[in-house]
Amino acid sequence: MKDLLKLFVVFCRIGGFTFGGGYAMLPIIQREIVEKNHWATEEEVIDCYAIGQCTPGIIAVNTATFIGFKHKGIPGAIAATAGMVFPSFVIISVIAAYFKHFQDYAVVNHAFGGIRVAVTALILNTVIKLWKSSVKDWLGIIIFTASFIAVAFVGISPIMVVVISSALGVITKIVRTDVN
Amino acid sequence: MIYMLLFLEFFKTGLFAVGGGLATLPFLQNISDKYGWFTSQELIDMIAISESTPGPIGINMATYVGYKTAYLPGAVIAILGLVTPSVIIIVLIAHYYMKFNEHPMVQAGFYGLRPAVAGLIGAAGFEVAKLSLFNTNKYLLTQKFADIVNIKSLLLFAVIVFLLNKYKKHPIYFLLGAAVIGIIFKY
Repeated sequence: MKDLLKLFVVFCRIGGFTFGGGYAMLPIIQREIVEKNHWATEEEVIDCYAIGQCTPGIIAVNTATFIGFKHKGIPGAIAATAGMVFPSFVIISVIAAYFKHFQDYAVVNHAFGGIRVAVTALILNTVIKLWKSSVKDWLGIIIFTASFIAVAFVGISPIMVVVISSALGVITKIVRTDVN
Repeated sequence: MIYMLLFLEFFKTGLFAVGGGLATLPFLQNISDKYGWFTSQELIDMIAISESTPGPIGINMATYVGYKTAYLPGAVIAILGLVTPSVIIIVLIAHYYMKFNEHPMVQAGFYGLRPAVAGLIGAAGFEVAKLSLFNTNKYLLTQKFADIVNIKSLLLFAVIVFLLNKYKKHPIYFLLGAAVIGIIFKY
């Protein structure tokens, strides 16, 4: 029970401080899940992101469910997911009930101007960390660069990127095994 | 009755919306057209609110729509509907992942996949950077190259990157600090 409560609280913290969707969440996940609580390794978190990318549903929720399940089975999955959505539920309900034009307040806009800059810095930091842990050879450099360009400039669906890059990983493995 | 419908509609959304929060948008548009629980104007307000409050965008949108449709119980039911398919699917996948992730072929797949995820996140960061560090719109208006960079934001960006690497504090401190600086210096 104590473990489940802890899962709930940690994911509350993650949900409550994620601005701008699933990707912005990764720096906090790394800190809370990988470095502080050791509930998953960095590789597992990345794999889970990849899985979350091409399965239905919200990526943040998929990640919470995955880590919760890995740590404490189905009750863990439910506790982590509940934690992840709880801050949204409270904050949005209050806004829906009381503030009609929340984003019209100047203070809110200025605060978010600053927050967006911090989010950019955090994401850059995450990409550097991921680069260090996941790009091991030329194939990695090519896949990283191609994925970035495909999504940022060409507008290819992330699902395609996930499918093609994992196929490339498997094909390379088969080719290398044959050569040896 | 409306609760049942709300649950079913959001269950469908959760089951078919692949690829993150804004992917739910076409489904919500469809719900709006079909039932008239909320207007298109409310949908647009909702995107702005969802993007400027903490939490996953998809969950924020579901909460808002659920609340507008049937108040607090509506919000709870919309969230439940949205997350139920993911929880079932991910529990199944996680189960097999833990069983098969030592398999050489699965390892090879993820070996190719991990750099791609780093690239995907880089691309998402690039989108955020366009909004937060550059004034693309102002540049298009004035055509002056000096207008494209937002010095104030770049400065804050450089400071945060430096501090992040030097002190390795929890990201929450940087987010709160940036919000305060944003308010004081009118970002």
